[in-house]
Amino acid sequence: MSITVNDLEKTVNSGLTTTIKKSQINLNQLFIDVDVEDIISTILFLKTNEKCKFKQLIDITAVDYPQREKRFKIVYLLLSHENNLRIIININIGEKIIVPSITKIFPSANWMEREVFDMYGISFKDHPDLRRILTDYGFTGYPLRKDFPLTGHTEVRYSEEKKKVISEPVKLDQEYRDFDFESPWEGTKYIKQEEEKNKTKDK
Amino acid sequence: MTKKTKTMNLNFGPQHPAAHGVLRLILELDGEVVEKIDPHIGLLHRGTEKLIEHKTYMQAVPYFDRLDYVAPMNQEHAFALAIEKILNIEVPIRGQYIRVLFCEIGRILSHLLNITTQALDVGALTPSLWGFEERETLMTFYERVSGSRLHANYFRAGGVHQDLPSGLSDDIIQFCHTFPKVIDDLETLLTDNRIFKQRNVDIGIVTKDEALEHSFSGVMMRGSGIAWDLRKSQPYDCYQDFNFKIPIGKNGDCYDRYLCRIEEMRQSVEIIKNCINKMPLGPVKNIDGKITPPSKKDLKESMEALIHHFKLFSEGFRVPKGEIYAAVEAPKGEFGVYLISDGSNKPYKCKIRAPGFSHLQAMDYLMKGHMLADVPAVLGSLDLVFGEVDR
Repeated sequence: MSITVNDLEKTVNSGLTTTIKKSQINLNQLFIDVDVEDIISTILFLKTNEKCKFKQLIDITAVDYPQREKRFKIVYLLLSHENNLRIIININIGEKIIVPSITKIFPSANWMEREVFDMYGISFKDHPDLRRILTDYGFTGYPLRKDFPLTGHTEVRYSEEKKKVISEPVKLDQEYRDFDFESPWEGTKYIKQEEEKNKTKDK
Repeated sequence: MTKKTKTMNLNFGPQHPAAHGVLRLILELDGEVVEKIDPHIGLLHRGTEKLIEHKTYMQAVPYFDRLDYVAPMNQEHAFALAIEKILNIEVPIRGQYIRVLFCEIGRILSHLLNITTQALDVGALTPSLWGFEERETLMTFYERVSGSRLHANYFRAGGVHQDLPSGLSDDIIQFCHTFPKVIDDLETLLTDNRIFKQRNVDIGIVTKDEALEHSFSGVMMRGSGIAWDLRKSQPYDCYQDFNFKIPIGKNGDCYDRYLCRIEEMRQSVEIIKNCINKMPLGPVKNIDGKITPPSKKDLKESMEALIHHFKLFSEGFRVPKGEIYAAVEAPKGEFGVYLISDGSNKPYKCKIRAPGFSHLQAMDYLMKGHMLADVPAVLGSLDLVFGEVDR
């Protein structure tokens, strides 16, 4: 038996009436917003509920919106094989908030949370092993934050004098050029209508 | 008298032929038995996601070739699908067929590399020599259609860059006739080979539930008996037009995963044949001049085409606000792109979901209690490419 995204939205809304803040269907995908404290109960519900059965965690990621008060949005992507449906759970948090880890529910969340920690500096409570994962040993800063420059802060090279690899501040021979080609001109929307008009005129 | 047990720490990699790239494993050994594995990844981390945020949508495509560089077009496919869904545009049917054709070629490329190097890791040299010859043929198809053997940069939002050059389909069909013989030959070397079976049967067993818990996908999951393939369950492009079978394993060990990959290659050959026989005529990319560049001929004659061309290659096209998760069944598993667009000409955020990342994560649990010599066998069957694990 398969259910549609709309059915799923109803099920989720009735099952999580108190915790769910917002749910919407966009481009045929269900997005739900919950509070950071409710994330564990929400995910547990989605995993164990007979109608949902979201048994697979696809990914965890974060998005940085520096201008917002609650700066980060954490995104959990879940997949249900039984229903052949996906769900996207969003939580919005401020910079210093610690998020409960879901490694107890999905062991595979371990590295995904480590990656979010590495890239955005968001900490997870009760995570068994919260270390950096993708960046170099001894790296500082959080690369995927919007205020982190594309070129980074340090570069490494082999020093002939010291006979070892050293890291030093980035020196660019040429200033980094970030062209903004965007034009304020919205372009025309009338081309198709105009063409049709011309056609009718010709006739 | 108390007996002291001592574990030994061993460093495996980052430069080790069986690590399939730059993987560093810290092994904790009790004699020859592995107690714990701590994989250190990120040695090939290039900050792809950060770079993509600073490039226009069209400029971002080549980064996807550099993720899983063994099957580059499958990754481009996920990105193209994501953009198309937000833009709400259609791909002409011929474009879809060409994309499926090259994704299946990519699948064979990847599986050939995986099977033969896995065999190499457990001691068989010949398969890799035979397999790589075929990979070379396949890469010439890539080259003929896109201009480069590996980093194709061929798929676009709205279709593919160019139509197939003349004569290519005949050569691919020719390949489809000769290639099954090569699979048979590879099987005679491996499938019933005593050493290959000793090294792979009952090694690295994954049960159904564990496969789900650890976010496995692709062959890693099907090897354990879960019938799940995005090409069937959530068909994208024109996959629903094709009739193909999804091989699944029974025991979930390295050997079953090997058998699944062999069968998938045979199925891919069938899809490729069908694809070429059924290939319709028509445009290969969306004809909306705001999204895809005009043809060279139009450029010489039409002022509007010239403007479109200039705008597309400087500003690029803008994608309306939206969030999307698009996934494809890449040879290694579910490859997904989570794309957030803010209405400008560059992605606001592009998260790449690489199947190898979850597979490698499970290394510790897969290897517990196995012997040191099984490490390369399991690593081989995980089908890792560090371009995508490290991103």
